[in-house]
Amino acid sequence: MATAVVSDSGERENYLNVGHGLKSWLLTVDHKRIALLYLMSITFFFFIGGFFALLIRLELLTPAGDLVQSDTYNKLFTMHGQVMVFFFLIPAVPAVLGNFLIPIMIGAKDLAFPRVNLLSWYLFIIGGILMIYTILNGGVDTGWTFYTPLSSEWSKTNVIPAIVGIFFAGFSSILTGLNFIVTIHRMRAPGMTWNRLPLFVWAHYATSIIQVLGTPVVAITLTLVALERLFHLGVFNPSLGGDPLLFQHLFWFYSHPAVYIMILPGMGIVSEIVCCFSRKRIFGYKAMALAVIGIAVIGFLVWAHHMFVAGISVYAALIFSLLSYFVAVPSAIKVFNWTATMYKGSITYQTPMLYAFGFVGLFTIGGLTGLFLACLGMDVHVHDTYFVIAHFHYIMVGGMVMAYLGGMHFWWPKISGRMYPEGWGKLAALIVFIGFNLTFFPQFILGYMGMPRRYHAYPAEFQILNVLSTAGASILAVGYLLPMVYFLWSMRYGRPAPANPWNAAGLEWQTHSPPPTFNFDEQPVVTWEAYDYDKLGEIPEREEIPVAR
Amino acid sequence: MFGHLPLWPENASTTAGNVDALYIFLVLVSGIMTVLIFTVLMVFAVRFRKRRGRPAEQIEGSTELELTWSIIPFCVMLAFFVWGAVIYFQERTPPQDAAEVYTVAKQWMWKFEHMGGQREINELHVPIGRDVKMIMTSQDVIHSFYVPAFRIKQDVIPGRYTTLWFRATKAGTYHLFCSQYCGTQHSGMIGWVVVMEPRDYEAWMSGGGNQPLAVTGQKLFSELGCVTCHRSDTQGRGPNLVGVFGKPVLLEDGRTVTADENYIRESILEPAAKIVKGFKPVMPTFQGQVSDEQLNALVAYVKALAGPQSGRPADGMAVATPEP
Amino acid sequence: MVDEHAHENPALLHHFATKEQQKNAASLGMWVFLAQEVMFFGGMFCAYLVYRYKYFADFGSASQQLDIRLGATNTVVLICSSLTVVLAIRAVQLGKRMALVFWLLATILLGLAFLGIKANEYAEKFEKHHVPGASFSYHELLPSQEKLPAAERHYANPHHAEMFFSLYFAMTGMHALHMVVGVGLFGTLAFFAWRGKYTPDYYTPIENAGLYWHFVDIVWIYLFGLLYLIDRHR
Repeated sequence: MATAVVSDSGERENYLNVGHGLKSWLLTVDHKRIALLYLMSITFFFFIGGFFALLIRLELLTPAGDLVQSDTYNKLFTMHGQVMVFFFLIPAVPAVLGNFLIPIMIGAKDLAFPRVNLLSWYLFIIGGILMIYTILNGGVDTGWTFYTPLSSEWSKTNVIPAIVGIFFAGFSSILTGLNFIVTIHRMRAPGMTWNRLPLFVWAHYATSIIQVLGTPVVAITLTLVALERLFHLGVFNPSLGGDPLLFQHLFWFYSHPAVYIMILPGMGIVSEIVCCFSRKRIFGYKAMALAVIGIAVIGFLVWAHHMFVAGISVYAALIFSLLSYFVAVPSAIKVFNWTATMYKGSITYQTPMLYAFGFVGLFTIGGLTGLFLACLGMDVHVHDTYFVIAHFHYIMVGGMVMAYLGGMHFWWPKISGRMYPEGWGKLAALIVFIGFNLTFFPQFILGYMGMPRRYHAYPAEFQILNVLSTAGASILAVGYLLPMVYFLWSMRYGRPAPANPWNAAGLEWQTHSPPPTFNFDEQPVVTWEAYDYDKLGEIPEREEIPVAR
Repeated sequence: MFGHLPLWPENASTTAGNVDALYIFLVLVSGIMTVLIFTVLMVFAVRFRKRRGRPAEQIEGSTELELTWSIIPFCVMLAFFVWGAVIYFQERTPPQDAAEVYTVAKQWMWKFEHMGGQREINELHVPIGRDVKMIMTSQDVIHSFYVPAFRIKQDVIPGRYTTLWFRATKAGTYHLFCSQYCGTQHSGMIGWVVVMEPRDYEAWMSGGGNQPLAVTGQKLFSELGCVTCHRSDTQGRGPNLVGVFGKPVLLEDGRTVTADENYIRESILEPAAKIVKGFKPVMPTFQGQVSDEQLNALVAYVKALAGPQSGRPADGMAVATPEP
Repeated sequence: MVDEHAHENPALLHHFATKEQQKNAASLGMWVFLAQEVMFFGGMFCAYLVYRYKYFADFGSASQQLDIRLGATNTVVLICSSLTVVLAIRAVQLGKRMALVFWLLATILLGLAFLGIKANEYAEKFEKHHVPGASFSYHELLPSQEKLPAAERHYANPHHAEMFFSLYFAMTGMHALHMVVGVGLFGTLAFFAWRGKYTPDYYTPIENAGLYWHFVDIVWIYLFGLLYLIDRHR
């Protein structure tokens, strides 16, 4: 290691205490402060989306639609999807952890375009305000997928505000991706070659490519839907010569790669955590880096696997099914490599590692069930049923959200300068894992039994599995609330964190906790490979972590 | 609620068994993979937990292992692909002489019309052991026709026909669901498929004095004036439609298309889209003047003109050729 | 070597190590931005291609309703404006401040000329009721139909013609929006250029704005071909 770790003092100037007042936050160009602005925003939307989910699960306790009216229920699942996808899942890891960590991990002072970074946040906020307006003004009920002609002609709800809100959120996402690409290309410290980049950075690079190339397509597609509503155009309207399937192709061209925007950053987090808590370099660094790029590229070629029964030709279906199996291979490689990384490691079970274990297991199940859906004959039966819902929640929630929580715990000392309470962290992880599986595993069975998705009321034979699912959801909710509480608690009462409480590899651990505004006291010069855990030795026990004064 | 905890729907069609077999294969392979990974993770978590004096061993990687655990799973996935593709191909290839049922979906009900003229709403009666082909369109938004017991579904789209076929194997009453979100009463757009023994089905069919669909079409063909141009001799200003259905048609611009249900429908609603070679583009459009049900009847009639192979009426009744 | 302009732009340089790094970053950023613009317009081009294939003749008929002389004039105007951008970059490379301002203003003028001509075309479409929506009405022949005797001529399908115009307005409208942004950009640059902000040492914003403008120009070339020139040979 080149630069020595400087000892921490309580009064040392860092990015948190360098300026006070609203203006210093709302007009900041410091990527770390922007990351915290995003943290507050996406957490807010996570709880809104989660609240809608709870209402959905409450309604589904009984077969009859007796809690809310049909139109209300349709709005609930629509807005649960829109808020969760566009205002939580897509921005969460990149805009919070990516923003905070990427410049530090590559040894830079900031992102390439700090003001564009701030603009990204404001665009996100504008989109968010429009989404809140949509919710308060009566909601939108098209489904998050906006299929035409329901969305372009028949729905009587706030389709256009929702679309404009998503447009802004999408533009925010594009600019974040653009910023990351240029930063990773141009801002690396001397000695930080591509082959020495942490896999977290590789994962965000692949994610950024998707954000930049995919998001504009959904932006223009939804714009056309909005224009269609406003001016009674017929681009996707069959009675005016339009083709509803064209909408689906254009929509899924983005929305399938979008799911990789959501999961790839989580995979990057898991790589960092598994290495640190196994005290080992990653097994197969090159394969892992190639895998994220491979997922990003092949991910652009499989979109019509959402359309096997939509009316596409048999031959198109065959091609997209085959390509969907191709994209599964790099994901499988990652699961095997994480497992192999633990082999002959020296493993400890702090909260981040528990989340990483959870991720690997649940992502495996989610990914395997994806193989069911890629299988044509199988998909015809389970498409648009709860099987699909279970599949994508295993990836999004069992995968992505667990990775996000794992990352938040792992880097919390760096971000806040405080340690979170480890006992509570473990408890919350366990509650999340149990609650999650109880919520979503029964849904696989429900789906194969034939329960369609987006159903307000359902036949009685589906009730018991729905009751199990709702019970799980209430447990899961507790698991999510706990970190909110103890992270906030730790900011005041948590033990002050040293620069490297985990004795982890990576440039971010070589600077103070929290870092100074320009990240490093001196420009780092990198002369070592990524994950050089052989030199770092063991992870300190909790009592051994030096308390920062 | 606790009486019987099923894991899958009833097996009531020829496809269902195939799909269930594929499902069990997928579940087995996935189950084995999951147990394998979970077990290895837990074994590693215990065996390689931190122990004083035993540092971690740095392992760079192994290209052989990477290739092995890429190629073998991919080969297994190819098996999934092939099996699924075979079933799908069968599902999307209706048999030639299937009995046809015209379906119009609308917010929020299913309207069926059998070739013999029987009309049903939200309930579909079919016999065991007979191929049934649904010819479906929507009046408004996209719906989807889904019968879990048959393991089949197909989206129903406004502006065109989509088809789905099945052969029921077990008498009973099975759920019919709309499985493409379509608005307020999406979860209310449900019904039943009633599979009957052949004798019961004949009995059900003969009650009610219905006019066969193709005869309805014939009457419309005359009332709407189609018969003035589409004569069965060569004197008409429009092509002779006898024997046209199911055959290739040469168009003015050199393309050749097959005269299927969508072609007939398009020819009525947008006649200028495809002009048959040797004819002038003089046919007026009937957009807005015929309902979806009337379109179905006209399509059924044109099919009946092609002879016994396609769209035969339920009782084999012959349909008259057009006379002006 | 002290870079005196570092003092004028301290905020730009703090996180960059060298001017080269800053310039390279800015350029790469603009190229990445243009890549996403390609995808943005690409969605509309995709829709256009699908419907051009489906409604071949009707699109030909609708295309002939556009004024090819105005379209060609606009094409020439935009190509000239790309030339003036290049001349502006040349001027700043040679350190000629007034020439830089002149060529930037010339670019703006040509851009405004383009927008003026476009507005004229839109107005004409409005008068002929060719604007999609409630008041759309279309009763024109398909291409080459005028050669036939009057009784046998066939007219285009109004719905399909409306599809053409929907895409016409969406695509040229989105393009015009990008041009307005570009004109605003050049206006800002002209102001700062007049204040002496750009030198042979530092003219990255001019270069990147030029890249953006060339992109907008290229999009127009495709639009001109696909919207104005199809079926003209018939």
